[in-house]
Amino acid sequence: MKILVPVKRVVDYNVKVRVKSDGTGVDIANVKMSMNPFDEIAVEEAVRLKEAGVATEVVAVSCGVGACQETLRTAMAIGADRGILVETDAELQPLAVAKLLKALCDKEQPQVVICGKQAIDDDANQTGQMLSALMGWPQATFASKVAVSAGKATVTREIDGGLETLEIALPAVVTTDLRLNEPRYATLPNIMKAKKKPLETVKPADLGVDVAPRLTTLKVVEPPKRSAGVMVADVTQLVDKLKNEAKVL
Amino acid sequence: MTVLVIAEHDNASLKGATLNTVTAAAKLGGDIAVLVVGTGAGAAAEAASRVAGVSKVLVADSAVFADQSAENVAAQILAVVGASAGSISHVLAPATTFGKNVLPRVAALLDVAQISEIVAVESADTFVRPIYAGNALATVKSADPVKVVTVRTTAFEAAGEGGSAAVEQLSAVADSGLSKLLGRELTKSARPELGAAKIIVSGGRGMGSGENYHAVLEPLADKLGAALGASRAAVDAGYVPNDYQVGQTGKIVAPQLYLAVGISGAIQHLAGMKDSKVIVAINKDPEAPIFQVADYGLVADLFEAVPQLAAAV
Repeated sequence: MKILVPVKRVVDYNVKVRVKSDGTGVDIANVKMSMNPFDEIAVEEAVRLKEAGVATEVVAVSCGVGACQETLRTAMAIGADRGILVETDAELQPLAVAKLLKALCDKEQPQVVICGKQAIDDDANQTGQMLSALMGWPQATFASKVAVSAGKATVTREIDGGLETLEIALPAVVTTDLRLNEPRYATLPNIMKAKKKPLETVKPADLGVDVAPRLTTLKVVEPPKRSAGVMVADVTQLVDKLKNEAKVL
Repeated sequence: MTVLVIAEHDNASLKGATLNTVTAAAKLGGDIAVLVVGTGAGAAAEAASRVAGVSKVLVADSAVFADQSAENVAAQILAVVGASAGSISHVLAPATTFGKNVLPRVAALLDVAQISEIVAVESADTFVRPIYAGNALATVKSADPVKVVTVRTTAFEAAGEGGSAAVEQLSAVADSGLSKLLGRELTKSARPELGAAKIIVSGGRGMGSGENYHAVLEPLADKLGAALGASRAAVDAGYVPNDYQVGQTGKIVAPQLYLAVGISGAIQHLAGMKDSKVIVAINKDPEAPIFQVADYGLVADLFEAVPQLAAAV
């Protein structure tokens, strides 16, 4: 059984982004880039399924600029067997990525696609669901537990107010939530090994996909800043302020 | 032009998130139709018909929707949009786990983009949405014939009562047969839901343990009728379950009063609560970043200050 894992190159989790002064976007020049954390969880889950003997091959896919090769190498250092880069300098929105992934799914015929639930840059939370819909497959989003056996997957999902467990027929799309697993650190030998794993590059046109954006970003601004208030000396003063000044008690 | 609002409900009643979504819909202009997809959902449909500003309620009531599976609910929404012969200009749902699960399927099958978690409506095709966990706000314009949009509920007031919309029954789509719900474990609590609470008492790593978390914060939350929340650090340390988490990767909240206790104020936590009306921080570290966003800060040992506070309110 083959598992496909899409991975996105994003501004590192620990970087506080700055909005460009001309309002056209955020400044990502000379900023550390990493794999989207939810995608790292997806790669880890796929590799664990392979280690458990459930999956036979883990294929990592990234869509974007040439530098996404690094993201694919990271996925292969965690344990993915090979990588596919859909290379383009064009802006890619979730619908376009879902279509690119559909074209790859048609070709690669994976039984499971494991995606991060959202990327931490555009915070869209769409691609996995869109891919699932385009393929006509079932989906299990926001997974905190995944078990795969004999043509089906049992997935526990994090929903508002608790958890639910679904049984879905394969092939299917699963998207990861934070608590699914804790990704391993890639060891140096595995990083070296990853450099020798196969990495294929294709273009969106090779896949016959129109990636033209549907949304135009008119401007990007900083959110209104919240300014620090006052420090209170003790609980009595705090209660007084909350009752008489803020009037929230 | 009709704006179709997808109701989130439990068949017996509408979820509050639906009311915030109706308010967002009202800013677009045009008629508002609410679609209730459920099983024995007559009461929820009736509640929807009483929401102010709603002109029509469409109900697809069938056993097919008992699990509220994304596949079946999305198929029903598509059928409604298809049958409208182009009169539906927008499809809106709350950006809850329900809306986030279902709506991208609808967008993909309509071959349109989705605009996620809008916090403001600029015009019928232009919206403001947070990116980078709320560290930036993007204004985006859609060129698609149908705008598929999820709504951050904390950014819009709840619509009131006073409507008397006609209720129309629809025929339900067939079951996709792809997905089966095995079970749900909902956290049982007498407290208000995090997303809907007027007051939230939230604890961080400073609580020291799960026992301390409950022993110290619960009496205060009980006194205030507050929901309990937590930082990711407290969740990761195992003090409380994940559904307590407020932050970029947890729940986004905006209560009247947010009490942050023993929370340092990591960016990812601030992203989830900085739209609260009043923020109070209690922390023993005067340098904690949480004080930079707090309206009222108290540098104190939380184990002394919180019981005092509980006694004083």
